[in-house]
Amino acid sequence: MAESTDLTLPRRPWERIFRAIVYGRLTKAILGRRRPVLIIPVIVLTAVVVAGITAPWIAPHHPTRGDLRDRLVPPVWGGEQISLKVVVEGQLDIGAGHRQITLDDARKIQEDAVVGGELGIVTRAGGSTKYLLGTDHLGRDILTRIIYGARISLIMAVLTLLVGGSIGVTAGLVAGWYGGWIDELVMRTVDIILALPIILIALVLVVSLGSSFQLIIVILAIAIWPLFSRVTRGEVLRVKDMDYVALARVAGASTLRLMFVHILPGVTNSVIVVATLLVGVIILLEAALSFLGAGVPSPTPAWGSMLAEGRDRIAVAWWISALPGIAIFLTVLSLNLFGDWLRDALDPKLRHLE
Amino acid sequence: MRRFLMIMVTLIAVSMIIFIMARVTGDPRVLLLDENASQEQWERMGEELGLDKPYYHQYGLFMKDVLRGNFGESIKLQEPVMTAIAGRIWPTVQLGGGAFLLALVVGIPLGVLSAVMRGTAVDQLGRVIAMVGQAAPSFWLGIMFMFFFAVKLGWVPPSGREGWNSIILPMVTLAWGGFLAGSLRLMRSAMLDVMDSEYIKLAKAKGVSTRSLIWKHAFRNALIPPLTLAGVSMPAILTGSITTELVFAWPGMGQLAIQALYTSDYPLLQGLTIVFTLGYVGVALAVDVLYAYIDPRIRFA
Repeated sequence: MAESTDLTLPRRPWERIFRAIVYGRLTKAILGRRRPVLIIPVIVLTAVVVAGITAPWIAPHHPTRGDLRDRLVPPVWGGEQISLKVVVEGQLDIGAGHRQITLDDARKIQEDAVVGGELGIVTRAGGSTKYLLGTDHLGRDILTRIIYGARISLIMAVLTLLVGGSIGVTAGLVAGWYGGWIDELVMRTVDIILALPIILIALVLVVSLGSSFQLIIVILAIAIWPLFSRVTRGEVLRVKDMDYVALARVAGASTLRLMFVHILPGVTNSVIVVATLLVGVIILLEAALSFLGAGVPSPTPAWGSMLAEGRDRIAVAWWISALPGIAIFLTVLSLNLFGDWLRDALDPKLRHLE
Repeated sequence: MRRFLMIMVTLIAVSMIIFIMARVTGDPRVLLLDENASQEQWERMGEELGLDKPYYHQYGLFMKDVLRGNFGESIKLQEPVMTAIAGRIWPTVQLGGGAFLLALVVGIPLGVLSAVMRGTAVDQLGRVIAMVGQAAPSFWLGIMFMFFFAVKLGWVPPSGREGWNSIILPMVTLAWGGFLAGSLRLMRSAMLDVMDSEYIKLAKAKGVSTRSLIWKHAFRNALIPPLTLAGVSMPAILTGSITTELVFAWPGMGQLAIQALYTSDYPLLQGLTIVFTLGYVGVALAVDVLYAYIDPRIRFA
């Protein structure tokens, strides 16, 4: 009896991944026979994870203390000599080697700036190898802060997935298993939460409770658990009528045991795929919150708040905003590509998750 | 009818969440009165706000105010919250609506073309546009657009809401970072599904011209999934409008929300949250109606 039930058990995801490596599916895919494009996402994600874990050892500078003498150094390749001439919206003829900026921007650098005048020191002559990706307005190394930012994003993603994932999966399991009014209650709650202006509610919470690491995790978890529930419920509905579940029930398994030992493994594939795709959502949401100033309190280097700091200085130092944005973009893009691949590899039925 | 009930339940839930948050997170008098207010002032304020009543009664009072559009006084702006919000609604509607239409106008035809010309350069272009839209934070796109098109090239003003061309950058940012990617991908896959169906094969066998086949037979049926997405994407678009308005200093509700955040203006944020929710619940309803217009089967369900 036991043997026959084992045969119908959906194969566990880790076993699948393991077999994929052994039998060459994963290896082939990563090394390029199947989908050559996958190698880049894998490299990017590995780099982000490694950078996040080893940040204190590999970062070349201090993440929050900058050298004020080295303000606004451009990246190492941005070695052009520029001087700035203050004009308003291009009404003045500017000579070669000059670049126009608005009076407002000029005043941020030098308070007594006037239209037509030149600014004293604005930008360094060029990048230096001391700061590979340049520095911000406080002389802090951008590369260091991006590496530490990866750490913040990683911690956020992992904790949010743990909290939101366990709530969402449990709710989905219960809803799918019991059906009836419980199902209705859970799924309507899910609908309502998905219809909430989550960023605004986050702002309300931050104003009333003060911004903190824990609060951001709670907000992110609230935002993502419904998505876990939807997928889990759908999968439970598919699995729960399978023979092996009925057999386990006949064999006398308790409801809890049925739910967590028999049903849960059957839905893990989908949960893993969803989790991968949701990491990108979490990173984007966290970045948006810190961009708005409602994220992890400064001066902790989160990618979103770095972007925000560069926003006002875009005319004189594009790299402060551009580079952390590229970090977010590459990470999320890689996660999406990897998630798509994982979905095809583990569970092609999940195509609709696109 | 069921939809309508659902929407009412959502609204009530949102109002309760906001009410509970307001009460759990502290006595509103702390924000409204200064530290050296007398005990007497403190109690009078309590009575005015109904804080001496039981909670369900307080919720009733709160709802009465909300239904009248009375969200109290903004702490920092010294004017009723509703007045502060009213002046900001139109710019946000303009920006959000513009971005929404832009996403549809670009996303849907491009999705159809991607499906019809599968595997060609057009399809690849669509793929890249969708991938960028899904992975890049919209505020980053916005800052980069500002850098290239306003600061470097000087084609459009970098920020503000003056002149007709000031809306271009925020609109493109919001559309691309919001709903363009989704509508494009869904349109493409729905179109591929429909093109594979029996009745299209029949039409093809009958000798219907390609153009008529695509636009008359397939298109209308493939339009349902992207439209559904349009309804549920409104939260994303409105949320995106907060960051976009911050980037481009667009004087809408999103920018007001940021000001409220920086000045800890609780009543203002609360009012904004309710207005935002009302806004996209309204849009969801409108999409439902449109939906019924396109697909007669839904009208009678």
